[in-house]
Amino acid sequence: MDDRQRIKFYQTGTFTVGNRLLGEEDRTVQSRMERTNSLNSGHRACQGCGEALGARYAVDAAMRAAQNRLIAVNATGCLEVFSTPYPESSWRIPWLHSLFGNAPAVAAGVAAALRAKGRTDVKVIAQGGDGGTVDIGFGCLSGMFERNDDVLYICYDNEAYMNTGVQRSGSTPPSARTMTTPAVGEHPGNLSGTGKDVPRIAMAHGLAYVATASVADLRDLEAKVTKAMGISGSRYIHIHVPCPLGWAHDPALTIRVARLAVESGLFPLFEAEGGKITGRTMIRRKVPVERYLELQGRFKHLFGERPDRAALAAIQSIADAHIAEYGLVDKGTSRGDSSGT
Amino acid sequence: MFQIRIHGRGGQGVVTAAEILAVAAFIDGKYAQAFPSFGSERMGAPVMSFCRIDDKFIRLREPVMDPDALIIQDPTLLHQVDLFSGVRPSGYILINSSRSLEDLGIAELISRFPNARLRTVPASEIALENTGRSLPNAALIGGLAALTGILGSSAVTEAIRKKFPGKVGEANAAAAEATYQAVASGRAWVSKETRHAGTY
Amino acid sequence: MPEPIEGSQAVAAAVARCRPEVISCYPITPQTHIVENLSSRVRKGEIGNCQFINAESEFGALSILIGASAAGARSYTATSSQGLLFMAEAIYNAAGLGLPIVMTIGNRAIGAPINIWNDHSDSMSMRDAGWIQIFAETNQEAVDLHIQAFRLAEELSGPVMVCMDGFILTHAYEPVEIPAQDQVDAFLPPYDPVQVLDPADPVTIGAMVGPEAFSEVRYLAHHKQLRALERIPELGGEFRERFGRAPVGLTEAYRTEDADTIVVALGSVNGTIREAVDELREGGIKVGSLKIGLYRPFPTAQVRAVLHPAKRAIVVEKDLALGKGGIVSGDVKMALRGLPTIVQTVIAGLGGRSITKASLLRMIGEARAGKLDEPHFLDLNWTVIHQELERQRRQRRSGPMAEHVLRAVNAVSSKIT
Repeated sequence: MDDRQRIKFYQTGTFTVGNRLLGEEDRTVQSRMERTNSLNSGHRACQGCGEALGARYAVDAAMRAAQNRLIAVNATGCLEVFSTPYPESSWRIPWLHSLFGNAPAVAAGVAAALRAKGRTDVKVIAQGGDGGTVDIGFGCLSGMFERNDDVLYICYDNEAYMNTGVQRSGSTPPSARTMTTPAVGEHPGNLSGTGKDVPRIAMAHGLAYVATASVADLRDLEAKVTKAMGISGSRYIHIHVPCPLGWAHDPALTIRVARLAVESGLFPLFEAEGGKITGRTMIRRKVPVERYLELQGRFKHLFGERPDRAALAAIQSIADAHIAEYGLVDKGTSRGDSSGT
Repeated sequence: MFQIRIHGRGGQGVVTAAEILAVAAFIDGKYAQAFPSFGSERMGAPVMSFCRIDDKFIRLREPVMDPDALIIQDPTLLHQVDLFSGVRPSGYILINSSRSLEDLGIAELISRFPNARLRTVPASEIALENTGRSLPNAALIGGLAALTGILGSSAVTEAIRKKFPGKVGEANAAAAEATYQAVASGRAWVSKETRHAGTY
Repeated sequence: MPEPIEGSQAVAAAVARCRPEVISCYPITPQTHIVENLSSRVRKGEIGNCQFINAESEFGALSILIGASAAGARSYTATSSQGLLFMAEAIYNAAGLGLPIVMTIGNRAIGAPINIWNDHSDSMSMRDAGWIQIFAETNQEAVDLHIQAFRLAEELSGPVMVCMDGFILTHAYEPVEIPAQDQVDAFLPPYDPVQVLDPADPVTIGAMVGPEAFSEVRYLAHHKQLRALERIPELGGEFRERFGRAPVGLTEAYRTEDADTIVVALGSVNGTIREAVDELREGGIKVGSLKIGLYRPFPTAQVRAVLHPAKRAIVVEKDLALGKGGIVSGDVKMALRGLPTIVQTVIAGLGGRSITKASLLRMIGEARAGKLDEPHFLDLNWTVIHQELERQRRQRRSGPMAEHVLRAVNAVSSKIT
C-alpha cells in the first residue's frame, strides 16, 4: 500500500488534468457536444487569433447560461470584420453590428426593447475590441454603466487597433511597438505613463460584476462569463487576447503568451463586485516579465545587444505593482522560476 | 387681428402671460397664437412675448412689431430697451408700477403717443396681496382685459385657473380680477392695509 | 377638439399616442420640452410598455434606438442642430440598416458661431443620409406628421425625420387637435419588422459589403426612398378619411394657377408668405406660393408641375451652402431643368432672424422688377459687412470675427447708464 504509485499533479488548484476526469457539471462548455459553437468555423481570423478563441469561449458560455436565448451586439473591429465577410456570416446567434463607438449604447437599446416587450428571458451581450471599448466607445460605455443597463459587455483586449493595421490604443502597454508608436527615437514604442485601466474604471461605476480573464485559462473565463450571466444590470468582462500579427509572436504560441502575461503579473485575473475586489487568481509560478516580452516582436527593441534595462525594469515594476495590489502571489509558497513554462 | 407684446425680465412669467392671453382668447371663441422671443434660460434678462388674437386662423409667423397693446411688466426696462417700438398710434399701454409717469421719467417718451390709451397699475403689489408673491403676470392680463376690452374678465380668470392648478390658480385669478377692477374703475388701487387703516 | 397648447407638448402627446416602445433622449434647445413631456408620461404609466432612456450624448441616444429598433421595438427620439451632427455617423447607419426610427428635429442653426435659434441648416446637413425628411408648417401639421411618420417608416422599413422650426413652432402656443388613442390605433398598427433580432430565428445584421455589392445595396436604398413619393399621398388619403384633416402632402400650392411669380419655401415661413401673397393679390399682382412639405425624397415632378408655367420661382430658404449659395434652390433648379423659369435664391432667416411680411413684400417687388442679386441675402446688414471686411483688411490679427460683428450691431449691452 505504501508503494502505491503517486501521480504528481503539477497544476494543482486547476482542472487542466483533463475534462474526462471531472464530474459532468464541472466540464467546460467547450468540451460539451451541445455547445452552440456560436462563432462557427469558416470565419477569416488570422492563424492563432486570440480574439476568435476568446469570443468562442465567451459566447458559448453565455449561450449556455442564457439557455440559448441571447442577442449579441458587436462593435466594428477584428471580430466583426472576420466573422461577417459578406455574404457569409459565422454567427449562429442573432447578431447586430452598428458602428465602432456605439456598441454599449446599441446593446442598451436592445435590452430596452426586450424589456418593453416583456422578454426578460432573452439576454444581451455587447462585444468590442480595446479600441471600441477603451477609446471611441468609452462615452457610450460609461453611459451604459451609469444607467446600469442590463447588458454584459465583453472587451477583447489585444492592446491596439489591429483591424486597421496595428495602431496604438488606450490599452497599448508601455514600450509596445505599434504603427503609431514606432520603435524609433528616444522613447521607442508606446509612451509610459499613458493608458487606461478600464476594469478599474468599471469598478468605479459600482457595477455588480467586473472581471478580467484570459484565453490561457478557459475554465476561469467560462466561469466568469457564467457568473456574470446570472447577474442583472451592467456587467463587464475584460479578456486578454494575444494577436500574433500585431504582437508579432508565433501563432502557435497564443495560449502560452497569454499564460505568461498572467503568470508575470502583467495581466492580473480578478473579480470585483460593487466596486470591491472579491476574488483573484493566484499566480502559480511567477515569471519575470522578460519571459513574456521576449516572445513578441513588438518588444524586440527592448532586447538585443544593448537591452533597454530601464524600460524592462519599468515594465517589471508594473507587474510587481499588480502582484502587490491584488495579492497574486502567496508569499509562503511562490517559487520564482526563470525557466518558463 | 389684435396684437399684444409683453415686456419683462426672465423669471417674471412673461411667456406664461402670453399663454394665458391665448387661452383666454380661445375661451372667448377666438383664435390665438402666443410665442416668446428667446434667449438662453437666464433670470433677469430682458424678454418679450407676443400674442395675436383673431377671429380666424393666424398664418403670420413673425414677432409683433406693431402692437395694438403693450404690457410692461418691469418698469426698469423703460430706460434700457426701446419698449415702445412700433406701438400703433392709438395703441394701449399698460405699465406695472405704483409710480406716476413723471416719477417713472417717461412723461416725455409718452408724449410721442398722444392718442395712446395708457395706464399704470401696481400689479406687483396686487399680486403680492392676493398670492403672496409679487409675480405680476396674471394680474396684468386682468388689467389688459379691462383696458382694451379685447377679452372678458371671466375668460381671463378661467384661463388662469386652467394654467395654474388649485390654490395658486385661485389666488392669481383673484389678483387678475382685482387688477381688472382697478383699471376698469379708473381709480387708484389701494392696498388692503391702507383700506383697513381707513386713511383714505 | 383643438386646445391651445405649446407645440412641443402637442408633439409629445402625439408621439405618446403612437405607442413607442423605446424612447431615448439627450437634451438640446429647442426640442427639450418634447422629451421632458414624454419622460413624465412614461413615469406616470401613460404609455404602456415603454422604456425611456437618458442617453449620455446624442450619438448614444440614436445608437440606443438602433439597437431597440433592430430588436423590434417602435423607437423615437428628438434632437436639433449640434446634436444632429453629433449623431451623424449613427444617422447614416440607421438609414443604411433600414431601421424605422422616427425622430423630431427642432430646427436650429449650426455653429460656429453658436446659435440657438431657428434655421434649417441642421436638417440640411443630413439631407442625403437616407432619412425621409418632412417639414411641418404648423403645430397641427407637426402632430399629424408624427403619426404618419411612424406608419411610413415601418412600412418602408426606413427612418423618418419630422422637422419643425425651433422656437417658432416648438415654443408657439396655438390651438391643436390631438387625435384620440383609438383613432391613432386604427391608423397605426403594431410594428411588424422586416428584420429582427430573435433567438428563435437568428440573423446577422450589419455585415461589411465590398465593391462587388455596395452599389446595388445603395441603389435599393435610393429606390426605397423614391417609393415614399407614392406611398405618402396614399397614406395621406387614408389619414384624411380617418382624422378628417388634410394630411401633410408632398407640396401645397397656393394661388399659383395664373401666377407669374411663385415663392417656394419649407416650414413655418409659408404662413407669412401666404399673407404676403394675399396682400399682393389684392393689389392685382399675380403671385402665388408653393410649400414643399416632403423634402427628401424630393418631389421633383410635383415641383416641376406647379412651377413651370410661372415666369419666376423665388426660393426662400433658411440655410446657406457656404461657397455656393442656395441648397433648396439647387433642388428646384434641377426640377425645372430644360424650362425657362427663372429660379431666384433668397437666403433668409439664418440663425433665427425673423422673416417679416414687410421684407417679403419688398423682396418680391424687387425680384419681379429684375433688381434682385442672385443669391439674395434678405435683410443683410451690408454696412456691418463692409465694416468688418475693412477691419480684417487693415490688420492681420483681426481677432474673432463673430465677436466683432456683434459689437458692430450693438448687440453687446455693456453700457451702463
